[in-house]
Amino acid sequence: MITFVADQCVFGKTVQLLRSEGHTVVTLKELEKQGATDDEVQCVNGHRERLYRTEAIVLKRRDQGEADRVLTVFTPGVGKQQLLAKGVRKVTSRKAGHVELFTHSQFLVAKGSTWDIVTQAETIHAFRPLREDLQRISYGYYVAELVDRFTQEGDENRSLFDLLLATLGWLSKAQDLPLLARFFELRLLALVGYRPQFFQCAHCRADIEPVNNFWSPAAGGVLCPRCGEGLIERPGNDRPSAEPLSLNALKVLRFLQTHDWKTCSRLRLTPALHAEVEGVLQRYILYQLERSLKSVGFLRTVRRLLASSGQ
Amino acid sequence: MSPLAGPVERLINEFSRLPGIGPKTASRLTFHLLRQPKEQAQALAEALQGLQKVVHCQRCFNIAESSPCAICSDAERDRSIICVVEEPLDVLAIERTREYRGLYHVLHGAISPVEGIGPDDLKIAELLKRLQEEPVEEVLLATNPNLEGEATAMYIARLLSPLSVRVTRLARGLPVGGDLEYADSVTLARALEGRSEI
Repeated sequence: MITFVADQCVFGKTVQLLRSEGHTVVTLKELEKQGATDDEVQCVNGHRERLYRTEAIVLKRRDQGEADRVLTVFTPGVGKQQLLAKGVRKVTSRKAGHVELFTHSQFLVAKGSTWDIVTQAETIHAFRPLREDLQRISYGYYVAELVDRFTQEGDENRSLFDLLLATLGWLSKAQDLPLLARFFELRLLALVGYRPQFFQCAHCRADIEPVNNFWSPAAGGVLCPRCGEGLIERPGNDRPSAEPLSLNALKVLRFLQTHDWKTCSRLRLTPALHAEVEGVLQRYILYQLERSLKSVGFLRTVRRLLASSGQ
Repeated sequence: MSPLAGPVERLINEFSRLPGIGPKTASRLTFHLLRQPKEQAQALAEALQGLQKVVHCQRCFNIAESSPCAICSDAERDRSIICVVEEPLDVLAIERTREYRGLYHVLHGAISPVEGIGPDDLKIAELLKRLQEEPVEEVLLATNPNLEGEATAMYIARLLSPLSVRVTRLARGLPVGGDLEYADSVTLARALEGRSEI
């Protein structure tokens, strides 16, 4: 037996036929919902158990059909998920402002066939300072893209949700956005199973000494001088798999990996040291993803523009 | 061997390439045209032929019959203000208000790092060039009020800040026919900030 909800377009004869076959049919007329929108019909359809409530952060979205959007959201319960938000490109949409990029919202979702459908949305955090500053926006895109690329749909990861939510909050306030990005990268890598090893040689497991060591994206960590020396770029070795890593950069990486953001945000790095740390992490991320991130280009463009206009 | 006549099948194939039109709809449209008087099909064919003459105006990059387009070459229009929009359809929307008498500049998109669309993929350099050549006093940024549109507007505003030109942004607030209760906090906060005497 199947339960049907029939809208105005279904003939009375069809309803009778289905009922005579033993199925349950509810018409919109009986529910006093004539003229209901598709969303409302979806809500009725399946009576409640097909509806669920979830928090979500919008990572990206793309236009679909006339006025709809498919959202890629990150939820505490089921991780990354795609949802259909109907009619949100219309000016008078009730949902539009609540399903913007980087908003943290409470969603009421109806199970659908291809995508689950957002029937109601209410903002919890809008992160307004984040969306009103070009540099903060560019980092927001970067953070969202990292989460999107490092996760699979349906993989629950509550800690990653908490990290993302906290990071969007910090992005709205932080002074040193590049440092926050490095902190986020290290936390994210740990939560998705790619935590780089900074304390033991990734090759021979010996404790790393406080000297200049080597960094190998392929080995997933620091190499001691004995293991790393032979792998760097030099005549005769055209496929280097390691690069020199200064002691200061190693200290910063270890510090960021083991302290909370409140403590880390007090760090002050020289531009050269930050560039080294950034390079190490960027090459590691590139190695893991095997593709470059699209938002990095925009980050650089914005950085250049702000530098040239004196900020 | 197809059971359909060649030209009929060809038209069905062409129709079904259009967005939102599947093979069934394409067949229905084709057979509808077959039943109509010949003049109607003729008019459709001519309209489609006409599309080949359409060009991008080399000043505002709107879709036009000639370059410069009708708006750019209209002597009646206010040349001191340029309205920057994302798409040609946005020009249409603003023209419908009959409130704006200045010129336009169509970017053909908005900055969207997720899709890899950066400032260089838009007609932003062309806008800067226009500002050097034309007597513009105000640039009105009318990109969409979503994050991509805001980022694009902020980017252009920053780019124009060294120039002695007034940069304005379309007001953001509550839509006509909307419902205060359903407004999100960002929209409502902006509507409060931009409140005006009545």
